[in-house]
Amino acid sequence: MTAREPASHASASERTASSYASGFYRRFLALLRKEVRQVLRDKSNLAVGLLLPVALILLFGYGLSFDVKHAPIAVVMEDQSPTAREAVDGLRGSDYLAPVFVSDMSEAQRMMRSGSVDGILRVPMDFSRRLNHGDARVQLILNGVDSSSASTIEGYVNGAIGIWAQQQVDRGGNKPLATGSVEVVQRMWFNEAAESRWYLVPGLIVLVLTLVGAFLTSLLIAREWERGTLESLFVTPVRPLEIVLSKIAPYLVIGAIDLLMCLLASHFLFHVPVRGSLVIIVMVSMLYLVVSLLLGLFISAVVRNQFQASQVALLASFMPALMLSGFVFDLRNTPVFIQIVSQVLPATHFMALIKTLFLAGNHWPTIMWSVGILTLYAVVLTVVTRAQLRKTLE
Amino acid sequence: MSDGDAIVLARQLSKTFDSPAGEPLHAVDAISLTVHRGMLTALVGPDGAGKTTLLRMTAGLLKPDAGSLHVLGLDVASNPQTVQDRISYMPQRFGLYEDLGVQENLDLYADLHGVPHDVRRERFARLLDMTDLAPFTRRPAGKLSGGMKQKLGLACTLVRSPDLLLLDEPSVGVDPLSRRELWKILQQLVADEQLSVMVSTAYMDEAERCAQVFVMNQGKVLAQGKPAALAEQARGLTFVVTPAGDMPARDLQARLVDADELIVDAVPKGGAVRFIRQGKADGKRLDALLGGLTPTPRPEELEDAFMMLLRQHQDDGDAASPPHAGTSQGSVITREEKPVIVVRDLVRKFGDFTAVASTSFDVARGEIFGLLGPNGAGKTTTFRMLCGLLPASSGHLEVVGVDLRTARAQARARIGYVSQKFALYGNLTVRENLEFFGGAYGLRGQGLRQRVAAVIEQFHLSGEAVSGLLPGGYKQRLAMAAALLHQPEILFLDEPTSGIDPLARRAFWRTITALAQEGVTIIITTHFMEEAEYCDRIAIQDAGKMLALGTPLEVRNQAGAPHDGEKDMDMNSAFIAIVEQSRAHAARQSAQGAAS
Repeated sequence: MTAREPASHASASERTASSYASGFYRRFLALLRKEVRQVLRDKSNLAVGLLLPVALILLFGYGLSFDVKHAPIAVVMEDQSPTAREAVDGLRGSDYLAPVFVSDMSEAQRMMRSGSVDGILRVPMDFSRRLNHGDARVQLILNGVDSSSASTIEGYVNGAIGIWAQQQVDRGGNKPLATGSVEVVQRMWFNEAAESRWYLVPGLIVLVLTLVGAFLTSLLIAREWERGTLESLFVTPVRPLEIVLSKIAPYLVIGAIDLLMCLLASHFLFHVPVRGSLVIIVMVSMLYLVVSLLLGLFISAVVRNQFQASQVALLASFMPALMLSGFVFDLRNTPVFIQIVSQVLPATHFMALIKTLFLAGNHWPTIMWSVGILTLYAVVLTVVTRAQLRKTLE
Repeated sequence: MSDGDAIVLARQLSKTFDSPAGEPLHAVDAISLTVHRGMLTALVGPDGAGKTTLLRMTAGLLKPDAGSLHVLGLDVASNPQTVQDRISYMPQRFGLYEDLGVQENLDLYADLHGVPHDVRRERFARLLDMTDLAPFTRRPAGKLSGGMKQKLGLACTLVRSPDLLLLDEPSVGVDPLSRRELWKILQQLVADEQLSVMVSTAYMDEAERCAQVFVMNQGKVLAQGKPAALAEQARGLTFVVTPAGDMPARDLQARLVDADELIVDAVPKGGAVRFIRQGKADGKRLDALLGGLTPTPRPEELEDAFMMLLRQHQDDGDAASPPHAGTSQGSVITREEKPVIVVRDLVRKFGDFTAVASTSFDVARGEIFGLLGPNGAGKTTTFRMLCGLLPASSGHLEVVGVDLRTARAQARARIGYVSQKFALYGNLTVRENLEFFGGAYGLRGQGLRQRVAAVIEQFHLSGEAVSGLLPGGYKQRLAMAAALLHQPEILFLDEPTSGIDPLARRAFWRTITALAQEGVTIIITTHFMEEAEYCDRIAIQDAGKMLALGTPLEVRNQAGAPHDGEKDMDMNSAFIAIVEQSRAHAARQSAQGAAS
């Protein structure tokens, strides 16, 4: 820098000697204008950014539900006494179960095998007699192929019989009853109706922001490598950080629109309650969006090939967000290794936070912890992406 | 640094990459050179000479492995950004944002370089005027022709006057007309603004326009100096000889090229053969080779010196000999009456756009027929219709006596096709590729094995080499070998010589002339105009129309008298003249139409 030669035609170099800060804004704005134009002109990318989230909202909101409604249950009444009839009457009044009364066990088994019922409730011959002794039993056989539905049905049947038993206790006062002898009071917190939509829809925000962020931006730098535009851009006064920031900015807007759509859908379509602060929800979502955009850019800068970058982005961000973030599956039941992997994912921390904010309210320790982790991710990813864009072709 | 005038100063500069095969590749090998301020400096050399690597190091995009490199007095390796703030660089494939308009691309680069708005207005007006892009400022860059894209790329690097302009093969893949315009712009700017330019090129006529030339090959600088001084090396060794009777010039050329201990290089031109003799060649043997013909001395040119340097460098190394296919006993075929290709009123439309308009021609057996034209002229479309890859919209198309509109598969079994990108499987060996293509043509068993062995022998290939790792010239030979497995009567070649160094190109044409002598009909497209001289007849297309059809001599005559200052009309100028005449004619006609 010291030995700058006296150039006879150095007007250009004098001009570039303007202060660094003003140069930064000028170049950043020039790049930003370029990125915005490219976003608006690339219709397919815009469609992925704005229409795919709508598809995801509808698909997961309506298509994915773990609730069981009107599950057919074969009821075999071997004991025809009025007491026995009364005991199973509770099943009829439920929205969740649809009892089908059959004459004997063999028919019930046939229906179970053919899949026309999800379970068999057998009231044995000696039900009424044993009830008087206080050790009445009913047999419940469930289709374990879909274990999550099976356990839901089990809960409903237990509940229905339990209510009757409770009534018996209230009525008779002194007779100890089989199902009523130990009172099991089932109650779910935060999701009183056990509506799976309530916890799926907040998780959907995580999926949508992951998809928009990582998938779309993964194409950006790779595309410039492929088309050779980066080589031309490098030999200008542009700094790597300016490229990174200008690429993120337009997608922040797209992500914000997607977030708005998710929030509107969760309120108006799925009636999910918001117990925490909406302002905090928006702020942490935008923070997560930044992390996700940076992750996509980083992948793009490393891989340098649009096709591979989009594959890697899908595998490294969207799939884990879907499977390992606690979106659907409770992570506590997974092997330790998977738990470690899931803790590394930014999506896991955001998932925990957003569900808490929606269904439980502002729990400050969770908020501070997750925001801290996400901020750390944002900083680290900015640094490594910028380093990946060092102006070199090697 | 004693040399105060130096703008680029390289000392023992080296850069090594890992080649795909795993060995180190010395892209730039201990080069020392000095580029001076305020003039055009050319880096000339075949593909793989190290031109691009040298330019990228100069632009601070690659770090040298050894040696020093100072640009504008700064060590680039330690101050890349400072250098990048002051220079402009146009990579081989200039990165235009294709979805942005012409003006938007210019604005972007002007903003990045911080050109003030008042300066900008005047500068843009001048650049747009020079590049003839003024009417297209709103058009997306992706919708410009190849030549226009290059001009826009150049304009983007010139939004301000840089302290040093680096251009990497700015005219590659650009037709002669656009090429000439590009250089006009460049020369004007050097004259007006004392611009310092370092440009790499594969074209000798471009290097001749530069003040200083560095001839590079395989990472080394073979020679340097002013073009005229470099050309001196060939003084007294350059001649031209005209074949007797109706012998095609290329047959004489083939004979001369084969005698490489006497002749450095020979090319057909204007019905005669230009050649360079070896300095130490025995006069008597040379006379015997010429067979009584009297060579006339001609002035030496840069190209002559370049070919001598390359040949010397090749001989120093252990380069493989080019394939000598077939024999060179002169033309032995008897021309049949019936042409093998008949084209009548051929039309191809894509929607409203007419890619090929009412084209008619015949090609005789054993003929070499060249299709020439600027980018987008319709030659690829014509070519694809001839091969049966694309159906014609209307017209009559007959290949080896078969109507292509009704019996395409039948015709295809009798033609061979070498595509521009050499469709080979990179991870298969040469033999595996050939066996696959042979099988695809219906060869099997003993017949297949014999043919594979025959073409491997004919093209000097090594059967066990992995195709993807072959150098460009060998890939091209393999592609040819694959196309000739089923002994086709007609061979179609689409731009077979682009991206191949001059020596490999000579070898390639040697093979082509041998095939023609054996009676194979050759249809070829090329953008190297001088290669038209190897053809029996050529057709020049522009905007879908056939502008000229005939022998190279006839086409040159159609182009008219040579311009002032040109000794004789070469194919390049003839091509430009014909396309310009036709465009002027079309413009006149539309003007008349508008007036009446």
